[in-house]
Amino acid sequence: MYRYDEYDQGIVDARVDEFRDQVARRLSGQLTEDQFKPLRLMNGLYLQLHAYMLRVAVPYGTLDSRQMRMLGHIARKYDRGYGHFTTRQNIQYNWIKLLDAPDILAELATVEMHAIQTSGNCIRNISSDQFAGAAADEVTDPRPWAELIRQWSTFHPEFSYLPRKFKIAVIAADEDRAAMRLHDIGIQLVSRDGQVGARIFVGGGMGRTPMIAPEIRDFVPADDLMSYLEACLRVYNRYGRRDNIYKARIKILLHEIGADEYRRQVEEEFALVKQLGIDPPATELERISAMFAPPPFDANASAEVDRSDPDFAVWLDQNTRAHKQPGYAIVTISLKPVGGIPGDASADQIDVMADLAQRYSADELRVTHAQNIVLPHVRIADLAAVWQTLTEAGLAEANLDLISDIIACPGLDYCSLANARSIPVAQKIATRFASPERQRDLGELKLKISGCINACGHHHAGHIGILGVDRKGTENFQLLLGGSGAEDVSLGKITGPGFSEDGVVDAIERVTDRYLAVRTEGERFLDTYRRVGMEPFKEAIYG
Amino acid sequence: MKLLTGNDLPTGDVVWWTGSGWSRHLADAADVGANGEAVARAEEGARRVNGPYVIDATPSPEGPRPAHIKDRIRALGPTVRPDLTLKPADPDAGAWVI
Repeated sequence: MYRYDEYDQGIVDARVDEFRDQVARRLSGQLTEDQFKPLRLMNGLYLQLHAYMLRVAVPYGTLDSRQMRMLGHIARKYDRGYGHFTTRQNIQYNWIKLLDAPDILAELATVEMHAIQTSGNCIRNISSDQFAGAAADEVTDPRPWAELIRQWSTFHPEFSYLPRKFKIAVIAADEDRAAMRLHDIGIQLVSRDGQVGARIFVGGGMGRTPMIAPEIRDFVPADDLMSYLEACLRVYNRYGRRDNIYKARIKILLHEIGADEYRRQVEEEFALVKQLGIDPPATELERISAMFAPPPFDANASAEVDRSDPDFAVWLDQNTRAHKQPGYAIVTISLKPVGGIPGDASADQIDVMADLAQRYSADELRVTHAQNIVLPHVRIADLAAVWQTLTEAGLAEANLDLISDIIACPGLDYCSLANARSIPVAQKIATRFASPERQRDLGELKLKISGCINACGHHHAGHIGILGVDRKGTENFQLLLGGSGAEDVSLGKITGPGFSEDGVVDAIERVTDRYLAVRTEGERFLDTYRRVGMEPFKEAIYG
Repeated sequence: MKLLTGNDLPTGDVVWWTGSGWSRHLADAADVGANGEAVARAEEGARRVNGPYVIDATPSPEGPRPAHIKDRIRALGPTVRPDLTLKPADPDAGAWVI
């Protein structure tokens, strides 16, 4: 885990003091809302349907138990007893009072947390692979690199007022667990001739104009990375469309000038930037990497596990993954109970997860972009005890990557931008497919729901996606098929006319029935869709 | 009818203009007619409300009903958490929104 140095703590503490003063001036009338709004957004404070909403940053989704307990404490003391984990590996609280916001930030600062880079047209919280440091398939732990980029990007004077928000993901494995190519910049760390460097993809994104990022550079050496990213951002900052919010993201620039021309300009800029000496010495990455050193694994940890309890065995198969260290496993805690709200966790559940991390997972947790929580380093011998505790806390749903493991944005129940409610649709789908046997028979099926075109629920990247729209004051739901945010990245296509809330649940059942009828041995839903195309599914849906 | 709504500045709570002040309860809302924008400017200037705006609604025996679902959700609370709405004892309160 990264630990703040004096400088980190100083800037976070100073930001709390600054915001406390800004809030006081807003409440006393020295600041209008027009003046105050950009200031509160720089501290993650939005005004949503029912109250202020605070989005707290969880850099690259990594937390320790002390930080997780603080999140539970804030839910309990300042909110209504729960928090919502988001698709950017953050957490947000829906019932915050402006009066309390400075105190909340002050409490967060005591555990090296903040709400910086969770809003505004800056480089947002860096996201990463939730299995980082534990996955057997990574070339290196991507988090030290993500932290280096975090340090470069925080309060970067050139990039605090970009044409639009800017999202960066860093992974280090061929399996993409972070939707890397759907980011403004996606970075895949690779090894070449014994050296680790970065493949750079630029111009991906979802929203109203979804695009997959093309590769811009196949290898940037470690000691050039900051200069290269600086060049990527400078070209965007220079030419990004500030005149039209709908055309302001870097993906539009890439689309308009083409990847080759963008690449040419970046290389030209890079040649200039490289002379400025902004790349940190190799010792800095080494210093940060030392803080992410693997925990002291037990080399003699047993790989034996008693599978005699059938419920435990199902959870084991579904929610644990192989760890790079023999005798250990990666546990994903599903925040998707059937009929529940995807991504929500009560303060008590947050405390339970913190306790489990402290006792069984080297004091580490991860937030996933699929709105679940990971315990990255659990001894196989401890899995039964972990499962037992999760079961008692209502956190042992064995549905990872199944149809009920739904990504859903807050939708119109909470969000002022939304056109339709996402959560009730998720609840109805999960309830319709509640049978664990039925879900497992369907296999891997990633279903993602957004309540508006902004696509916070990643509907473009769902094997099955749902987009809520407003049709003359009534909620309507479009269905998409064939998307993926993984290494086989693709964008879903709309099936045809939309549906009512109940209608879209029925339509999904017709889709899955057709899949079961036409799939071949070993095919996931996405594989079948790619083999047979849209037509058989349209026929099943619309007749 | 026209209603004026916004969020309470220090707490963020959804509030409705009653004709003489602000209430958390839609049932207290008054028809502002053509005066909504003027009231909004004055109240915002006095820091008693944040982001006020005028909406369409229809009168009913139970009280005003906002024309748009978004404002009905604002008036009640999240449909997926009946316990957090203004009618926590009524698990079917969300049906009013639809």
